[in-house]
Amino acid sequence: MNNTAALRDMSSIRQQQSRFEGLTPGHRACQGCGQALAARLVLESSGPDVVVANATGCLEVFTTAWPQSAWTIPWMHSVFSNTAALAAGMEAAFKARDISTKVLAFAGDGGTFDIGFQALSGMIERGHNVLFVCYDNEAYMNTGVQRSSSTPVAAATTTSPAGIARTGKRHLKKDIVAIIAAHCMPYAATASVAYPNDLKDKVRRGIQTPGPAFLMIHSPCPLGWMHDSAKGIEVARLGVETGLVPLIEMEYGQQTSAMPLRRVRPVVDYLKPQGRFRHLFADDPMARQELAHLQALADHNIAHYGLQESQPESGDSHAAASVRRGTVAVVPPGAV
Amino acid sequence: MLEPLEGSQAIAHAVALARPGVVAAYPITPQTHIVEHIAKLVADNRLRCEYVSVESEFSAATVALGAAAAGCRAYTATASQGLLLMAEVLFNIAGLRIPLVMTCANRAVSAPINIWNDHQDAMALRDAGWIQLYCASNQEAIDTTIQAFLLAERLELPVMVCVDGYILTHTLEGVSLPTQEEVDHFLPPYTFAHTLDSRQPLTLGTMVAPDHFTEIRYAHDQAMYQALAAIEEVDAAYAGITGRASGGVLEVDGPDDARIGVLCLGAVHGTLWEGREQARNLPPAKLIKLRALRPFPEAALRQALAGLSDVVVLERAFSPGAGGIVAAEVCRALYGTSTTPRIHSAVMGLGGRDIPLEAWQQVLALAQGPSRGATVILDLIPDHLEDGIA
Repeated sequence: MNNTAALRDMSSIRQQQSRFEGLTPGHRACQGCGQALAARLVLESSGPDVVVANATGCLEVFTTAWPQSAWTIPWMHSVFSNTAALAAGMEAAFKARDISTKVLAFAGDGGTFDIGFQALSGMIERGHNVLFVCYDNEAYMNTGVQRSSSTPVAAATTTSPAGIARTGKRHLKKDIVAIIAAHCMPYAATASVAYPNDLKDKVRRGIQTPGPAFLMIHSPCPLGWMHDSAKGIEVARLGVETGLVPLIEMEYGQQTSAMPLRRVRPVVDYLKPQGRFRHLFADDPMARQELAHLQALADHNIAHYGLQESQPESGDSHAAASVRRGTVAVVPPGAV
Repeated sequence: MLEPLEGSQAIAHAVALARPGVVAAYPITPQTHIVEHIAKLVADNRLRCEYVSVESEFSAATVALGAAAAGCRAYTATASQGLLLMAEVLFNIAGLRIPLVMTCANRAVSAPINIWNDHQDAMALRDAGWIQLYCASNQEAIDTTIQAFLLAERLELPVMVCVDGYILTHTLEGVSLPTQEEVDHFLPPYTFAHTLDSRQPLTLGTMVAPDHFTEIRYAHDQAMYQALAAIEEVDAAYAGITGRASGGVLEVDGPDDARIGVLCLGAVHGTLWEGREQARNLPPAKLIKLRALRPFPEAALRQALAGLSDVVVLERAFSPGAGGIVAAEVCRALYGTSTTPRIHSAVMGLGGRDIPLEAWQQVLALAQGPSRGATVILDLIPDHLEDGIA
């Protein structure tokens, strides 16, 4: 068998592998939707023995146009800001009924960083056995691309537009992972749709955590970020490679892994393909200042999380996309 | 046998007798003693359930919702600001047709901030799609709480049991608790038809477009109307086991030849009853205790008020700029009937102002006087207006 035939054979084996499809095709997401891909990957990794509490937002809207549903797992939506509490209630009921089904909570960045934050903090503090997944596309996309506290500084949205007097959003993206981790959280991690193996590993780790776990998935939105809808994965990967989107794991408040960057890219490589940053490339001192600001933020991340990797790239695609794990943090006494 | 229990303690015991799987609680005056007593019952292993101390009423309602959807009998309790904070979730619970029970320890709504009793909180949630039952005594609070679970589960509708803050929640009364065997017989284990189960996946809370929205709202409305008969049946079934009924959708008491009626909700019923006992020289009058505000028992009300010339609707809340809330609903129920009595809309006891036994004389004077046309606040103190706005 020659190499090409072997590769073809390998690819057909991959295709024949049964994959659990919790979110089925035919839903109404936009072309190139990062969130739809991320949700499919999360459920592919979790398997069918889960229940999902889903916040109001695109994912809810595009999957459940009554009387149709794209979900093959039990799924429930209540309102925007209560997703973590809904999941907590489900988990309490399963505990009372001695049922082992894992409860997942799905929300966007608005439902996590902003309006859903209080319920999320409460759910974590009480130690509910829930994996909370935040699909982070960095703005309120469902209502038409308004800024959230997850929107990066200088990004233009419909409520932080660029103009003569403004260069887009004036405030930094909230460091939600640090805040979550500060709850003495058993497991909090970030992932990106550009690294599906890493994403699925982190879902598995979150599922296996016998207590609250948090996973934030950087998910491009072609509509809101204004990039070519065929280039979502490239854009997402550039976010990681520039250091603006660090992929890390935190256990009980301590960082225990980071996705290594073997070739660090300048932030302009990530910003240029996206219309939301277009104004930063004008011949304007404020724009230049914001570009320098974003580069400084990426440099800070690289240093703070130890992202720089000096070793040569691995030939194994799975290993290349997997994290470098350090020693597991000491579990504080009395922790879940 | 009667035992002296504080209202809150009595309600906590009633909740425990219903064997909930999940109780979600956030403290607010005057609901606190209820959730404290339940917490103690759990700590003492007298109630085996998941007791979730949440970070807000918003989450209390949501945890109860999630728990009920995941197959547990669920309970929560709140009042006033807490009820309003829950508002978005309460509409959602009802629209999703989730059976659960909540106690509302009725309290005034801020501003001005005031922790004492009136009915403004529950009245504001009148249109949330919940069944609302008002209790006139601690005994009724016990019996209605247990009945509420059966009603909720039979109808797939949430039930709010309204008890007057302090007047009931913090008052000792001789009450009779049913036995566990009686309650188990009355309220068997329950399985919600739409339980979230990974072996039989369901999608709940979907986006519904204009092509189906009206029909789903219509079905909810129909279920609420069906609740009128169910409230009567469940009350009768409970009486069959314990010997005590709580008054169905409404209860009328008074001489057949009375031409005056006084309609009220909640614990003020006892005050008016006693006032009537003590003022025997006044004209005979019927007392109408409205137990179900939602669904609103229009037919039963027309029957109860038939033959009366004057009806005073006495409320502990009003709609600013529109007056008595229940009075307007009574007028609607009677509109177009052949012998409509005059309806006098009266308000008393806002923000915990004590309603004395002499209120009975004031109410009867109102019934016998000329039509006022507008809602009258019977216990307004004009001198206090001079102190300005708090």
